[in-house]
Amino acid sequence: MYLVATRKGLFTVVGGEIVASAFSGIPVTLVLTRGKRWFAAVEHGHYGPKLHASDDRGATWAEVGSPAFPEGADASVNTIWALERSSGGLWCGTIPGGLFRSRDDGATWQLVRSLWDRPERARWFGGGADEPGIHSICADPAEQATLRIGVSCGGVLITRDDGETWRTQSEGMTANYVPPEIASDADIQDPHCVVQCAAEPATLWCQHHCGAYRSVDGGESWQPIEVPPSSFGFAVAVHPHEPDTAWFVPAVSDDMRVPVDAKVVVSRTRDGGQSFDVLRSGLPQAHAYDLVYRHALDVDGTGTRLAFGSTTGSVWETDDGGDTWRTVSVNLPPVYCVRFAHEA
Amino acid sequence: MAHLEFTPNLAKLVDCPAGEHDGASVAEVFASAFVDRPRVRGYILDDRGALRKYIMVFVNESMIEDRASLSDPTGPTDRIFVMQALSGG
Repeated sequence: MYLVATRKGLFTVVGGEIVASAFSGIPVTLVLTRGKRWFAAVEHGHYGPKLHASDDRGATWAEVGSPAFPEGADASVNTIWALERSSGGLWCGTIPGGLFRSRDDGATWQLVRSLWDRPERARWFGGGADEPGIHSICADPAEQATLRIGVSCGGVLITRDDGETWRTQSEGMTANYVPPEIASDADIQDPHCVVQCAAEPATLWCQHHCGAYRSVDGGESWQPIEVPPSSFGFAVAVHPHEPDTAWFVPAVSDDMRVPVDAKVVVSRTRDGGQSFDVLRSGLPQAHAYDLVYRHALDVDGTGTRLAFGSTTGSVWETDDGGDTWRTVSVNLPPVYCVRFAHEA
Repeated sequence: MAHLEFTPNLAKLVDCPAGEHDGASVAEVFASAFVDRPRVRGYILDDRGALRKYIMVFVNESMIEDRASLSDPTGPTDRIFVMQALSGG
């Protein structure tokens, strides 16, 4: 079972079939399906982003508290862009780049001032969106007080003291959208998506604006990875138990955001990025212009089932690690997020 | 008291019945309305307290001028309408 959040509603897929829908006609930008209470970020074009929660695994939803900047912060939440649950509570990343925390399961949210007030935040800038935003939150399964976040554009940041202090952790990343003298500047990197291996938290994978990266030291350093047929893209997923196995969905480049040769492929490595299988069985191989957003690829807890959705409303799934894919739909609205249901 | 009324589209999302409220400005009328229905605030105002970009407010036939602090004056016979813009959906 997984949820597909789209431009015009939220859909539940079971056994390859869409079995339920919610928020019909309303953009749902993100879902969190970890824990007993699930969350959906609903983005009303006129009325701002709102959070809804479900205590019955998506059968019904009700509005709960939404993150909002406090008076004096001189900012307003434009988009809810990241949701994660840790043993220390719920975390929410937004555009502009605010990190919020809830200790009461989403009833109320507090801005993490230690991050918001960092002087380095002034150097962040928007990537895609007009303002910078936090799109990835990796709650370290081995260290309760450790959290890593990905910021476009602001690099990867880590806290090891439960959000008290932060430092940027983008060493090894390179940006080609700034003068070469500052290409390695940690604070201006654009990691599109950062994911962490659940069983081996020292291994993280990143799809960056200018390439793909892997870290095997908890993000202290990042090594570039060449992904065929292109190292550009938005989504990346890592196997929950095998840290060397990861999946990417490449596109041509930042100025050509379509699949290479108009053929949808998933690129999988099983050896830490030394080599890749370009998986295409069951995926469209002619005149396909699907782009896969950063939250629209997911792998389940077994590491064998994956699903992803595209900007043109296609959803594909596999239960053999990507060797063969099945089409679930080609008629959905543009897909923002795909998330497998986790056991409570 | 001024009469405050919301677009029916908003009523689909949050409880916001029309009502009568005291206030010498749009901000004061809103503040009165939000006492019983605090959730409505986040639908029409952003975190700074300014009118959301795609919300329009009319006092009688005139669109308000001060979208940041909502200082446009209101009187006891005025009718205030909260509408959604055609853009922004």
